[in-house]
Amino acid sequence: MMAGILAAFGCGLVFACGLVAGGMTQPSKVVGFLDFTGAWDPSLALVMGGALGTHALLRRFVTTRSRPLLAPAFYVPTRKDLDARLVAGAAIFGVGWGLGGFCPGPAVVALGGGMSAALVVVPAMVAGMLLHDHWFAAAPSAATPVVANATEVGRDG
Amino acid sequence: MEHFTPLSSLLGGILIGVSATAMLGLLGRVAGISGVLGGLLAGDTSGGPWRPAFVAGLLVGGFLFAAAEPAAFAMTLDRSLPALAAAGLLVGFGSRLGSGCTSGHGVCGMARGSKRSIMATLIFMTTGALTALFVTQILGGRL
Repeated sequence: MMAGILAAFGCGLVFACGLVAGGMTQPSKVVGFLDFTGAWDPSLALVMGGALGTHALLRRFVTTRSRPLLAPAFYVPTRKDLDARLVAGAAIFGVGWGLGGFCPGPAVVALGGGMSAALVVVPAMVAGMLLHDHWFAAAPSAATPVVANATEVGRDG
Repeated sequence: MEHFTPLSSLLGGILIGVSATAMLGLLGRVAGISGVLGGLLAGDTSGGPWRPAFVAGLLVGGFLFAAAEPAAFAMTLDRSLPALAAAGLLVGFGSRLGSGCTSGHGVCGMARGSKRSIMATLIFMTTGALTALFVTQILGGRL
């Protein structure tokens, strides 16, 4: 239990270091990437590419094991269907991301850093998440089978 | 290209990849921030208190960096409070509806070769670019 808590905390700490070092807690760098017509800043591509490449390369050493070191099983999404919720959700998320230059990780890290914009963005983000749960809790979509671990299966990350 | 920071951004990306791999190897979990945070808000305590511990790590990391390097948290975008609130609301709602964000889909899901994550990443990159373009070109960078 304690080892798991420390591991998760450590992972959060390293993740935060990566986001800050990558410049992702400066919304102008995010918008500077997304708006490719101005003084284009490709930094975000290196952050995402670096993270994606590293994880793709290293994860095989992990997933070939029978189980994680501190947990009984791997909880990895298995869904393969492209449903309307995935498409609509990603589209809506992108609009918010392009509007403010914050995605969830950098927003939380920026809150820890006392950034004033994050004092607005994070509570609004939390409200958006709760609003989603409120609207969709009562009506599970046909694409989400109601099985014992439906929440794990349905969540991509 | 005056703001381009290739080395620190690549280093940052590698650290994120290492963190995501450690999460998977140690706890068997996907390091997707919207998934971790959303589960925390929904009261999902499966697997023990790893969700609050991970979020605490993010917050403490930000706190420590702000003390050492305040410029890392510079808000140079011209955005009003309502615009920031709307942005946060859309990011929170959309990432939950779409089952993931930049980390969950863009890094972990794509590294896994997930078709859903590749699709989601293409979509949010596109709508993000269109939105940023609109704000910069039509609204003059202010909102």
